[in-house]
Amino acid sequence: MKGLSLIGLRKTFEKGTPNAKLALDDVSLEVAPGDFITVLGSNGAGKSTLFNAILGKFRLDRGRIILDGEDITRLPDHRRALNIGCLYQDPLRGTAPNMTIEENLALAYTRKASRSFFAVNRKDSAYFRELLRRLDLGLEDRMKTKMGLLSGGQRQAASLLMATIAEPKLLLLDEHTAALDPATAEKVLALTRRIIAERSITCLMITHNMQCALELGSRTIVMDSGRIVLDVAGQERAKLTVPQLLERFRENAGRDLATDRMLLG
Amino acid sequence: MNILSLLVSALGQGMIYAPMALGVFIAFRVLNTPDLTIDGSFVAGMCACAVVTIAGHPYLALLCGLAVGALAGLVTGLLQTRLRINPILSGILTMTGLYTINFMALGGQSNLYLQRAAVNSAGVETQVASDTLYKAFRAFMVSLTGNRRFDNNLSILIVTGLIVAAVAAVLAVFFFTRTGMAIRATGDNEEMVRSSSIDADRSRIQGIMLSNALVGLSGALLCEQQRYADLNFGSGMLVVGLASVIIGQVFFGQRGITLGIISAVAGSLVYRIILQVAYRVDMPSYAVKLLSAVIVVVALSIPLLRKRFAERRAEREEAEP
Ligand SMILES: Nc1ncnc2c1ncn2[C@@H]1O[C@H](COP(=O)(O)OP(=O)(O)OP(=O)(O)O)[C@@H](O)[C@H]1O
Ligand SMILES: [Mg+2]
Repeated sequence: MKGLSLIGLRKTFEKGTPNAKLALDDVSLEVAPGDFITVLGSNGAGKSTLFNAILGKFRLDRGRIILDGEDITRLPDHRRALNIGCLYQDPLRGTAPNMTIEENLALAYTRKASRSFFAVNRKDSAYFRELLRRLDLGLEDRMKTKMGLLSGGQRQAASLLMATIAEPKLLLLDEHTAALDPATAEKVLALTRRIIAERSITCLMITHNMQCALELGSRTIVMDSGRIVLDVAGQERAKLTVPQLLERFRENAGRDLATDRMLLG
Repeated sequence: MNILSLLVSALGQGMIYAPMALGVFIAFRVLNTPDLTIDGSFVAGMCACAVVTIAGHPYLALLCGLAVGALAGLVTGLLQTRLRINPILSGILTMTGLYTINFMALGGQSNLYLQRAAVNSAGVETQVASDTLYKAFRAFMVSLTGNRRFDNNLSILIVTGLIVAAVAAVLAVFFFTRTGMAIRATGDNEEMVRSSSIDADRSRIQGIMLSNALVGLSGALLCEQQRYADLNFGSGMLVVGLASVIIGQVFFGQRGITLGIISAVAGSLVYRIILQVAYRVDMPSYAVKLLSAVIVVVALSIPLLRKRFAERRAEREEAEP
């Protein structure tokens, strides 16, 4: 079966110690190919943990992860990365600062590039330049510039390009615009939508902006205490307003969703 | 001795230690990880080279020095990645273990001369010096120039210089291949390498092996030049390498990998010239290690001192009317 299936994922951190923390509590989710799902939830709800489970950053206590028909539950993280792109809040995490923009892209492209002796070659370079040109940030003329010299927003845009350059089956975005100023965040978000639409990549995006979560994509899930407590799509979601969403959450989770980091508008 | 011949001798020594400086450069600057294996792999390179040279294969001996260094690096790399042992401790563990192996390689002695017993025409047993790269190359230079008194130090400088040039060129190219670039990226942002679906652990191991292979080669070259291997020669080698790398940076800056390679070699040469000068003003040879340590401390503190100085000056300028 195509798409992503999460079957009964459970993860306890520091199991067997007084600090044991059940971070994922039987999470199951079926994601159809081409779906764009926004993920909401208060701090510590387990959103990033869910992503890390899919990325293979740790072993699960229980459960299976199936991507495009392949069981990847026991694959090491770098093998999964062949088909999964990811982006974090911190723009510094996705790029190598002391290497040039071109080298960064070439490294990310190793996944799909044809074999060549030198990592940077003329054919790939032309392709990278075209990709950069379409970012519309003027980076195509700075391919030999070190990544570390770019601004946070530029680096995040470049990271986005790197995460999607090898046409992944799945893209995971963990608050990837949260550290950027509003104008830059807007720009990176627009870019994200364009790339996802163009390549029809299956995508999960964590955000704290509820309005944004309901407007973007095709489906929204809300997490709480390691569980998915709300899952809306289609007509139902199209009509849903933020206050209604908060009300539904209160019914399901038995408490309020809003936290200081949540943007209501 | 005149200045020129002193310079030639210093440059020759600098070339012999240059692969070691390159190894330190790869560990500390490219992989960004301190590696104390270096003290051990230098001696391992010496010992392997001594044994194979005495057996009559001086060229194979250099490759053995290289290979033994790479093996030492492999052990450290596995400790660091597969067992997740702290990098500094990993290096110390390998270095400590190597001491025993080196001791065994030298046949249970703390040093070994490149010679072996033979019976001469008069039926008396004597020690015959083994053939080495340097002996062979000197003979070659003598036959080439027809000068029977061709300067030995010049011959050392030329042949080692050729080897180092070849090594540096191969390295400079290697770091732009896919494998080489992955090693550089692993030192820069390991997480990004993993999320590009590259096995960062493997790249790290490759980098550590490369670094220690060069250190082993350096030990092997020194062994053939000074005609003996010494179990205790490695202690402090890492600091000597660091001093070279840092001195090189002062002259060439630290921009880019190719420049980094050139400056590590240049740093090794300048370092030996500094030592030669120090010897001329009667510095005893045991003071070398203290001198190296002081050079490293001074060089490392310069950026901080410079910053403080600039801040003070800014303060004073503000205070003035
Ligand atoms: N490596 C870890 N070791 C121990 N506990 C962890 C670890 N990672 C996460 N946790 C715990 O798991 C819970 C879920 O954390 P997670 O980072 O998934 O939250 P989140 O939903 O992403 O929150 P935020 O909105 O703040 O990013 C938290 O209580 C956190 O302390
Ligand atoms: Mg999080």
